Formats: sequence, C-alpha cells, structure tokens
Amino acid sequence: MPPADWEPVIGLEVHAQLLTRSKIFCGCSTAFGAPANTQVCPVCLGLPGALPALNRGAVTMAIRAGKAFGCKIAERSIFARKNYFYPDLPKGYQISQFELPICDGGAIPVPQADGSIRKVGLTRIHLEEDAGKNVHAQNGSHVDLNRSGVPLIEIVGNPELRSAEDASEYLKALRLALIYLGVNDGNMEEGSFRCDANVSVRKRGATSLGTRVELKNINSFRFVRQAIEFEIERQVALLESGGKVSQETRLFDHEKGETRPMRSKEEANDYRYFPEPDLPPLVVSREWLDSVQTPKLPHQQMAELSAAGVSTADARTITADPRLVDLHGRIAAAAGKEGARRAAHVVVGEIARAVNEGALDLGAPKFRPEQIAEVFRLQDEGTLSSTAAREVISEVIQTGRAPAQVVAEKGLSQVSDEGALESVVLAVLEKNPAEVERYKGGKKNLLGFFVGQAMKELKGKGNPGVLNALFKKRLE
Amino acid sequence: MSIDRGTVRHVARLARLALSPEEEEKTVRELGRVLDYIERLSGVDVSAVEPLTFAGDAAEAKESMRPDEPRPSLPREEVLEQAPEHDGSTYLVPRIIE
Repeated sequence: MPPADWEPVIGLEVHAQLLTRSKIFCGCSTAFGAPANTQVCPVCLGLPGALPALNRGAVTMAIRAGKAFGCKIAERSIFARKNYFYPDLPKGYQISQFELPICDGGAIPVPQADGSIRKVGLTRIHLEEDAGKNVHAQNGSHVDLNRSGVPLIEIVGNPELRSAEDASEYLKALRLALIYLGVNDGNMEEGSFRCDANVSVRKRGATSLGTRVELKNINSFRFVRQAIEFEIERQVALLESGGKVSQETRLFDHEKGETRPMRSKEEANDYRYFPEPDLPPLVVSREWLDSVQTPKLPHQQMAELSAAGVSTADARTITADPRLVDLHGRIAAAAGKEGARRAAHVVVGEIARAVNEGALDLGAPKFRPEQIAEVFRLQDEGTLSSTAAREVISEVIQTGRAPAQVVAEKGLSQVSDEGALESVVLAVLEKNPAEVERYKGGKKNLLGFFVGQAMKELKGKGNPGVLNALFKKRLE
Repeated sequence: MSIDRGTVRHVARLARLALSPEEEEKTVRELGRVLDYIERLSGVDVSAVEPLTFAGDAAEAKESMRPDEPRPSLPREEVLEQAPEHDGSTYLVPRIIE
C-alpha cells in the first residue's frame, strides 16, 4: 500500500473477443485452436483489392454490451485506421474506431463486499479487429494470422479506480457481465479477455492527474493486482525521491513480479488515425437497436435470488456462473413451492460438487430439472430421508437415471409404515429400561436417543418423524 | 503552411519509407504545396456540412454488412507463399524482442 498522502488513479482498458462464428471483416472462422494460418483469406492478409465487409453479428454484440451498460449507442459511427508496423499486422494498420465509437459513456455495476453496487463509469466501447499472434523462438519469430481480424470490443473505463483491489473487482464484474451477455467467453488464458491498465499517482487532494503509465501483458486477476501494486509503489518511490514519472508503456513480468519499460520505438504511439475509406459509416437503426435483447446482469440475478428467499452466500455461488443461474431457475420452476430455496441448496451442494469432481458437465447436463423436483416430492411424502434424498440427487445429476429407479436399486426408501415401525419401537424400549425411567422422570431430550437406537436397528431407513411420534405415544 | 525536413523524416520513418537526402528535399517541397492547398481549403466555411468519411451513401452502408456466417478460408499453402519465408505452418520473421 502506498503512503497515505499519495492517491493512485487507475483506469482499465479491456479487449474482449466477441463470440461470433466468423471474423469482423471477412468470413474466416474464429474457432480457437485451428492449425496455424488455416483461417486466413485475402482480407486478413490485406492483399491488394481485398475489401472488408462488416459482420452484422459483431455489431449486434457490441450493441448488446452497450445497452446492458447504459451506454449511448451511436446512430452513426465510423471506423478508422490505426497505423503501425508489426509482423502480426499484415495490412500495416488495424481497423478500429477512433473519433466516433459505437458506444459512448455508460457504467459497469461492480458488486461490493457489503452487498451494494458501485457503478464504475465508462468512457466508451468501440469495435475493432484483433491482430495475429507472434511466437518467439531462438532463431526468429513465427507469425500465425488465424486471430487476425477476430472481432473485439475495447471497453475503456474511466480513471475512477483507486487501488489494485478496486481494479480487480471491476475486472471480475466486467468479465462475468460479458459472459452473462453471451458476447465473450471470459477466457483469460486463451487471450479472449485481456486487460491493459493506466496507472498514475497524485498527492491526495490534488485535482489534476499525475503522469500515467500504461501496463500491458497482464492476463490474470492475480497479475492485474500484482502489476498495479508494483507500479503504484514504483511511482510513489520515484516521486518521493524527487524523480519524475515518464509517460511510457511498461510490460508486467509475472516471473519477476515487476514492470519494466517496453524497449520499443519512441514513436510507437503516433498512430496517424484516419477514417477507413473502405468501410461506410456504421448506421444503427432504431429497429436494430430495439431488437437487441439484453439478458439480466449478475447483480440483477443476485437481487432476484435474494428476493426468492435464497441466502446471500448461496446466491453468490449461483450467480458466479450463468449456467448455474439457468439450472437453478429450471429446478426451482419444476419444484414449485419453496422451489427457489431448495433448488439453491441442490445447486450449491450436489451440483457444485459434481462439477468440481468433473462428474457433471454444465454445458451438457445429463439430468432434467424435473427429476430433481421428483426427488423433492419423494422426500416430502416420506419415502426418502433428507440424507437419502441427497444421495439420490447426486446419482441423478451424474447419470440422469430416473429417481424411482435409483431409490429402488440402492434400497433407499425409508420405512414410514407405523405397523412396521411399531415392533422396533417396542424392542428399543424393552432394551433400555433405565433410559425409559429417566425420560419419565423428565429427561425429555432422551427422545433423540430412542429414535437413534431405532434408526440403528433399521439401518437408517426409518422415517424419523414417524418414529418420533411413535416413541412419544408409548412413553406418555 | 510549410513542413520541415525533420517532420518529413519522422513521417517517412513511421511509414517505413527510406528516403534519400534528395528525396527528402523534394518531399519537403511537394508536401508543402499540398499542405498549402489544404490551408486554402480550410478557409471555406463548412459549419453547415456533415463531415464526409466515405464516398458512398447510406443505402450502400446497409448493403455492405454481412451475416455472421463462416466461409472457407484460403488453402494454407496459398496463404504462406505470400511471404518470403515460412516453415510450412507459420510465417518466419526476424526475431521480435520485447
């Protein structure tokens, strides 16, 4: 943490790969993991005469994100060329948006530890194409252009964050929101969600900003925190010792845990943007804008779950993955009364466990929500104890087999028939005369002991409610 | 508006153009004339005119978009033979250190 009289100012720029099937300006596939340079065409290569044609699906996703975050969606935006030379960019320019981006303003809702929502303002969201990928080897660098032209949105946040922790929370909230919106898969390792951070420090109370440093190459939440913390300390130490922060781009070296200046051309930031003459202005009609649906965001789901009686801790676990939210909703709907709360227990219990153990693929679950509701019913009518119900649910989740079949096979149904239980009750009382005396003398909590003994006889399959009632009847 | 030799060098370097001293000299003169012309244009009152960024019309803008449907890419051999050097799957370029 920096000394108290210095205030860090942080703004994040996130590049999020849109989940389209084809690239932003051509029909090449965006599938990850294909052999190098097999998803490349004249447009990706920037061959003379090749013309870009904008992918409508990419625009729709940008609009969806913009609408969800409360941005103003431009009726007319334009593309621009960002000019620089690098081997991963065969055209010599990246098609991006500069002066008139598709989304202006807006905010990311960031849930706080106390349950409140902090809104972190956005400067803009714009559309652009990704560059290719360089792999550096001893004798040279290898270039794969499969990623060249993959659609991205760049989400530029205002410098409203004040600590590495703030930045990390913002990033997590943004990532989850994009996953909910179905526009990004949030995969940081594969590079489909990338973050650059602008960091400066100023004397507390100052209104103008300090010189900012841009941090690149930070591709995990942990690295984001580490890189920003290191950079804040570096800048404060520099300023305290009478030095000056120079405006530069620094790379985060996660092995050494430090940032260092990029050894690049001093003119790197002179991009000479100009409007892209090969693309017409992007016009978003009222009808298009209105037709784009925005699903609920995590904090809205959270509020709904809480209102339905789900505990805050459970709701937090469920909302961490939109597929869990979906499963929960369907189980709750099938279960009816008390469904939301009961479904939540199953989702954070058996389902979460099965996912962790690799026994359940949330992308293709084998069971139907109605089957879980069926187990609830068996439990309600006394056929299953709560322990047995959990066991059946675990089995159903992993195999999708019918609950009744699982119950029969495992011999899990409990004995609720009074006639069948009566003899056990009598035997237990006979075997424990001392306890019976003490119970009659006022030790009423011995009831649990009797039920326990009966359960032991019944190998756990007695209905505890019925047993309770039978013992009471005999003893009083 | 004139342009100096330093600016010409700077822009040439950004565009990866190797200009000889004679070419630099010539470019200073020629670019200077272009910029003078632009200077004259900027004297015209265009406050009532929408900036033009594309020499087409709105109808064309609509038509130019494509649906999100993948189409076949080029065969890899064809992609790779565009460059002086490759290893059969990737392009080879001088080692980039960063």
